[in-house]
Amino acid sequence: MRVIIVGAGEVGSTIAESLSSAHDVVVIDVDPDRVETLTYELDVLAIQGDGGDLETLREAGIGEADMLIASTDDDQTNIVTCGTGAVGGDPFSIARVKRPQYLHTWERDNRAFGVDFMICTDLLAAQTIVGVIGLPTAQDMDTFCDGAVQMTEFEIPADSPVAGQTVQEADRFDSLTFVGIIRESELVVPKGATTIEAGDDVVVIGSPESARAFSSAIAPQEDRPRDVVIVGGGEIGYQTATLLEQRGFTPRLVEHDPDRARWLAEKLPKTTVLESDATDRGFLERENVGSADVVIAALENDQQNLLATLLGKRLGAQRAVAVVDTVTFAELFEAVGVDVAVSPREATAEEITRFTRGRHAENVSIVEGDRAEVLEVEIDEDSVFAGRTIVDAAADLPDQVVVGAITRQGELVVPRGDTLVEVGDHVVAFVGGDHIEQVTARL
Amino acid sequence: MSLLGPAGNRSVRVDWRTSLSLVGTVLKYLAVPLGLPLLVGIIYREAIYVFLLTVLFTMVVGTGLERLEPEPDLGAREGFLMVAGTWLAVAAVGAVPYLLAAHGVPGLFAPTAPASTLANPVNALFESMSGVTTTGATLLGEISLDRHSHAVLIWRQLTQWLGGMGIIVLAIAILPELSVGGAQLMDAEAPGVGIEKLTPRIAETARVLWIAYFAFTALEIVLLYGLHLAGMAPNMNAYNAVAHGLTTLPTGGFSPEADSIAAFSAAVQWVIVPFMVVAGTNFALFYAVFRGNLGKMGEDAEFRGYAGIMAVLTAILGGVLFLGGAPPLGDLGGVVAGDVENSARQAVFQVVSIVTTTGYATSDFAEWSEAGKYLLLFAMFIGGSGGSTGGSIKIIRWLVIIKVVRRELFTTTHPEAIRPIRLAGEVVDEDAVRGVMGFTLLYLVIFAVATVLISLDAARIGYTLDTLESMSAVAATLGNVGPGFGSLGPFGSYLAFPNSSKLLMVFLMWAGRLEILPVLVLLTSGYWRS
Repeated sequence: MRVIIVGAGEVGSTIAESLSSAHDVVVIDVDPDRVETLTYELDVLAIQGDGGDLETLREAGIGEADMLIASTDDDQTNIVTCGTGAVGGDPFSIARVKRPQYLHTWERDNRAFGVDFMICTDLLAAQTIVGVIGLPTAQDMDTFCDGAVQMTEFEIPADSPVAGQTVQEADRFDSLTFVGIIRESELVVPKGATTIEAGDDVVVIGSPESARAFSSAIAPQEDRPRDVVIVGGGEIGYQTATLLEQRGFTPRLVEHDPDRARWLAEKLPKTTVLESDATDRGFLERENVGSADVVIAALENDQQNLLATLLGKRLGAQRAVAVVDTVTFAELFEAVGVDVAVSPREATAEEITRFTRGRHAENVSIVEGDRAEVLEVEIDEDSVFAGRTIVDAAADLPDQVVVGAITRQGELVVPRGDTLVEVGDHVVAFVGGDHIEQVTARL
Repeated sequence: MSLLGPAGNRSVRVDWRTSLSLVGTVLKYLAVPLGLPLLVGIIYREAIYVFLLTVLFTMVVGTGLERLEPEPDLGAREGFLMVAGTWLAVAAVGAVPYLLAAHGVPGLFAPTAPASTLANPVNALFESMSGVTTTGATLLGEISLDRHSHAVLIWRQLTQWLGGMGIIVLAIAILPELSVGGAQLMDAEAPGVGIEKLTPRIAETARVLWIAYFAFTALEIVLLYGLHLAGMAPNMNAYNAVAHGLTTLPTGGFSPEADSIAAFSAAVQWVIVPFMVVAGTNFALFYAVFRGNLGKMGEDAEFRGYAGIMAVLTAILGGVLFLGGAPPLGDLGGVVAGDVENSARQAVFQVVSIVTTTGYATSDFAEWSEAGKYLLLFAMFIGGSGGSTGGSIKIIRWLVIIKVVRRELFTTTHPEAIRPIRLAGEVVDEDAVRGVMGFTLLYLVIFAVATVLISLDAARIGYTLDTLESMSAVAATLGNVGPGFGSLGPFGSYLAFPNSSKLLMVFLMWAGRLEILPVLVLLTSGYWRS
């Protein structure tokens, strides 16, 4: 597959890096220095130029390209690039945008702007944050099948009643499947007799309600959080507050820039906007940030986020969520006391991956680095599942493939060994890291 | 002022010729509404020279002023001068029929109202300004068709109708030369925090407002006359129906009857209440309703506040009256304690009349107990909605003020919090918030200063005024309400004040109608020079 990536910033470079082993990748960037760096660092063709210029795209071979990924920092540039790409050829075009308004317009009409798929990085990050804080012990979560199915990764605390139970004992929820346990960085495929230990990360797939019920089984003493403090009113902080407002929360939002704070206060009627420096300890004490259920840090850089969340935790906040820009910092953050580190870049990478993994993966979620993936696949006649029961199909697949949920005409079907999979069903499956490429092709 | 100084013309930065020229245009067209009293005079076979001469006068003065500047080019400053000047000029021309009727033309025509109190030019100007500003304060003394012609009394009603939706708004609706600077002119004239452009063209917006205004007026006239035909209102003849229709929708309050609405049956009183409520509502809401957006009314924060405050005040006043808060006044406008219908009607009518700044009365509230009187005095500061024909401070400003106070209380404990002021979800600009606070403070300061001035002026000539009376005189004129307390009651008159006080009140009515700033700005030297 020939892939053209416009914009070689961190997102563009990350995508280029992950695709370059299996595909022909051409990268376009306006900055000659970056072009030179890429030429030497990655096995890609790097071209200096403007992605919105048809001549540049022709030079990159837009006529033969299968995919065009516009991932610059500028929304308009990305949209114009996709539009220009549609003139020069017929690639599947993906635009990365920051402002959700473009996404909302595009969702109205999937051909809008000549964009085939649009990813709103900051909205994705906000959705992840909001999903995670709704479930007190969740580490990660993603939705599939238009929200009917949810993948959630829970960390089992030491004092949890679930710790020490077998999977069979813990799985009291009808529409929930235990698909994976990550223990000391190793993937364990759960069987009925597998014991869940404190410190394990348990990955479950099922309806959002059952995920919530399991969440309270893990930590029965913890209610749904009420007092949420967001530090940093950038796009992610703003989108998080918007989503929280829609879910009935009345969050507090701290922003240091007076104009931005004013703008936020006008846009967010149910949020209390506070204009202050988030690391001002006197302010944090005065506003009782220590009594917050969740502190979310969405400031400009990773250092500030780390500082703000640790300060919040030190003052007594129950839970701290930090946005982390540099993907590799995520584990470090969680090691020093941040409960959840959310990476917008990782979320974007996951979204882009769904179009490069086989021809019909509808949705992909990456679990714990790339130890495993959760895939949503629409079953066609060629699939290993078509017209067979899960037990029969599983015999032909590696051990680390677990079917988590099936939706038939939008309705959730709880998968059992003898469940017959029909053509047209959507299957959400957990696939261990070693077999991803091999398995996706057969689903 | 530099205008009069030797180097005046060089330092004046206001193109006053343009302003006066446009004032002239408006005066010229004032000849058209003067046709109504002329027609009434012909119908009742009265001496029509009063209005023929007035038409001639306004045409000559108007055309003369218009010639000052053949190509008027209206800027922001000229706009203020034009609006303020128009209202003063229209009030002055409006006084001409009163003077002609009182004095006649020596050697040619005999006066039609020889002993009229309006023979004094100050009184005539007061009555006329009270008319166009829809105040409804009167010093006509004996209001009676025996003393005044039908034509003069209908002119008195018509001045209120013209002033109600705004003379400038009417001018914008029909005069194409005003369409460019129109929005700014309307802003200077229209009551409330800002204008709402309903349609892309300002002239169309002005037309929409006047059509709605006209339609409600016509409906009320038909209903009132319908009651008469149905036998439920013996004295609500065609003349009275038109006369009261003309002063309800502008929240005016003039009546050709000495006893205001107390002269009519309970049925008439009940019919007038909803029309007063309509008059105090933002007319932009009716536009939304006519276009099928019925929900807009219920969602509108100001309308809810407006309806809410009237309901609360009615309930309180109704309770006071029911428990005997007003002495029985014989058979006219009496409040009957213990009678539910009577207490409810008197309470709702008076509350709606005062809050909307109409000034009609069905009972002589100047004779009520202190509780009722003070309630009505403070109700005079509430006012109708922005974009209505009502005067005073207005509901929308009070809503903003309440929210500002709540914000202050909140930020006392959360000093870093940023709280925009919202009305029904919409953020109110901080400049507008400051404008509201400034206006309200100015309004209250002018109220206080004018109250003192009027008391001093009364003491100068030995006229005794009590506190409530002097406060009500200012509140009722500045707020364009009309009647006050003491001898200024709804069935009383402002006649006893000295001329100096009357001129001050003329100023208060003028400034109050234009919401103070467009008038006050003319008194600053910065407006004229820099």
